[in-house]
Amino acid sequence: MTPADATPLVTYREALREGLRDALRADPRVFLMGEDVGRYGGCYAVTKSLLGEFGEERIRDTPLSESAFVGAGIGAALGGLRPIVEIMTVNFSLLALDQIVNNAATLCHMSGGQCPVPLVIRMATGAGRQLAAQHSHSFEGWYAHIPGLRIVAPATLEDARGMLGAALRCPDPVLIFEHIGLLNMQGELTAANTPVDMDHAAVRRPGRDITLLTYGGSLYKSLEAATQLAADGVEVEVVDLRTLRPLDDALIMDSVRRTHRALIVDEGWRSGGLSAELGTRIVEQAFYELDAPIARVCTAEVPIPYPKHLEDAALPSVERIVAAARTLVSRES
Amino acid sequence: MPSLGADMVAGTLVEWRIKPGASVRHGDVVALIDTEKGIIDIESFEDGIVEKLVVQPGTRVPVGATLAFFQGEPSAPQAAGPMQAAGPPTPAPPTAAPPAAARGGKRISPAARAKARELGVDVQGIEGTGPQGAVTLSDVERAAAGVRAAAPAAKDRSGMRNAIAASMSRSKREIPHYYLQLAVDLRAALDWLETFNASRPVPERLLTAVLFNKAAARAAAERPGFNGYFGPRGFEPASSVHLGVAIALRGGGLVAPAILNAEQKPLPVLMRELQDLVTRVRAGHMRGSEIASATITVTSLGDEGVDIVYPIIHPPQVAIIGFGSVVERPWAVDGRIEARPIVNVTLAADHRVTDGRVGAQFLARIRDLLMQPADL
Repeated sequence: MTPADATPLVTYREALREGLRDALRADPRVFLMGEDVGRYGGCYAVTKSLLGEFGEERIRDTPLSESAFVGAGIGAALGGLRPIVEIMTVNFSLLALDQIVNNAATLCHMSGGQCPVPLVIRMATGAGRQLAAQHSHSFEGWYAHIPGLRIVAPATLEDARGMLGAALRCPDPVLIFEHIGLLNMQGELTAANTPVDMDHAAVRRPGRDITLLTYGGSLYKSLEAATQLAADGVEVEVVDLRTLRPLDDALIMDSVRRTHRALIVDEGWRSGGLSAELGTRIVEQAFYELDAPIARVCTAEVPIPYPKHLEDAALPSVERIVAAARTLVSRES
Repeated sequence: MPSLGADMVAGTLVEWRIKPGASVRHGDVVALIDTEKGIIDIESFEDGIVEKLVVQPGTRVPVGATLAFFQGEPSAPQAAGPMQAAGPPTPAPPTAAPPAAARGGKRISPAARAKARELGVDVQGIEGTGPQGAVTLSDVERAAAGVRAAAPAAKDRSGMRNAIAASMSRSKREIPHYYLQLAVDLRAALDWLETFNASRPVPERLLTAVLFNKAAARAAAERPGFNGYFGPRGFEPASSVHLGVAIALRGGGLVAPAILNAEQKPLPVLMRELQDLVTRVRAGHMRGSEIASATITVTSLGDEGVDIVYPIIHPPQVAIIGFGSVVERPWAVDGRIEARPIVNVTLAADHRVTDGRVGAQFLARIRDLLMQPADL
């Protein structure tokens, strides 16, 4: 990098790697483990080149057993280290559900605060790359159900790089959900890794007519929809939730109180999902501010299909978001 | 609390004119009620002895609430019961909901409801522009802004402006109006009027408006499709003509109290009642029976010099007749052009009840009556 090239274009993937590198450099207790994170460079190539830089002690390939290596991560955290565990996809994390829910999430509580578990688990989530029904789901809403866990979903380059640091500073287990549709997204990133928080939602585009709540891979579809709607005079405020547990109720309600309309865009399924939780909170806390029914754009209630056209049809799209937004502001609905 | 108009939902008791133990006859003024239309004298619909006053002055209560209990007259024993709210043909309760929302009631967003309460706007009278026709925040704000905009011209009449807005919006929303217009030669009528008035002292002289009112009332009595109410069960013709007369108030606003049984009253009686009505309305002393009971309305803007009035039906009525100003116009008579006093008579009628053909016959009947003034 030359001085003239201070803000080169980087990808989301590179930003994640940058965050890992910074964390590994900053604290000798930090190490990374997971399937194929070392020699192969990670199934999504996020950890490429880290093995050569940090060595086998700190970049550890594991056997194909999510339950075993997440359990090992919990043990390492209990023992005073700061493990970062990578799980290939959220679908595979279900094999470690017992470790995550029954151990990581509970031990601090059950020990009366004596045994916190400062564990970070990174995993890929979401669809859009034709990886079919066993590699494409969005279960972050399930994890957001569990007390004792912190759930975050970085959607910007800055968050992709910075949230890991915030997660490592947190005494509780933190699950970071990295949407596979974002990995190749390019943008400018300041040279310095400025710390970011993982406690607050962020308004990515201000607007007066509709509050659009979304996160992760759906953020950019939402921003594109907002741009299209603005051409018709409908000003959508796009809120990036960033943290899915706990939810930033204060910012969400503040926005809804200004716009009086809420649209939730979630790549998870509608039934019993995160969008249902968001909708209920709005009704509980801002019912008298609502000027239209709450609308949701979620993934069709099918396992994510493999064929491209069916996968596209199942997922939230810019067109569906625009259409849903229009129902909130127009009479013809 | 009697309903003093289809859009009235509540009224404030201003003053009792009776005390417990007092004897009351049908038609006595028992209380003053403040409504959007101003302060109205409420008449009793029963004979009896006042047993108990339930509502205190200054209290706002919904239509249908019990105001007082009467004890039936010993001569006509009856159980003590709430004073009947129903007088002469009681208009149907407000049905302002647009058809799309009829099943679940009117749709009003929570924010709109809260804002309407805050601003004191009657949300039932607002047309919704939101999803599924719901009343939204901006609908309420627009309605409130409309009231405020009208306020400088009509101080302290924002309630009335609201009531007019609600009633007229409902009319245009629900009633498929059709309009017909007929120019009528008034030479015979005015000649007759001149002769009639020449032999009488000023207080007994008739105005042209009385001829219009009588002709309209007679035609309405003969053609039942124009006289009555459109309610939940469809059109219900009225048995006699309570002729609403639109009266503009000084300082803004409009009311249309009724001359009861107008078709049966001789012209001098109609003249006296019209004068009395205008005087009392402008002084703020309308009677409840007048304000709620009109079965058809006449509006006359001739004083203002307009040629033609295109009126809006006052729900739940089904017709309104407009009279423009009487002006001399060239008129073909027996193959020659003559200057004749001409008035344009308009009919706005409810197409759910009548069609243009009978409407045309109705207007023609008004014309024929006006051309035979001695028979009015």
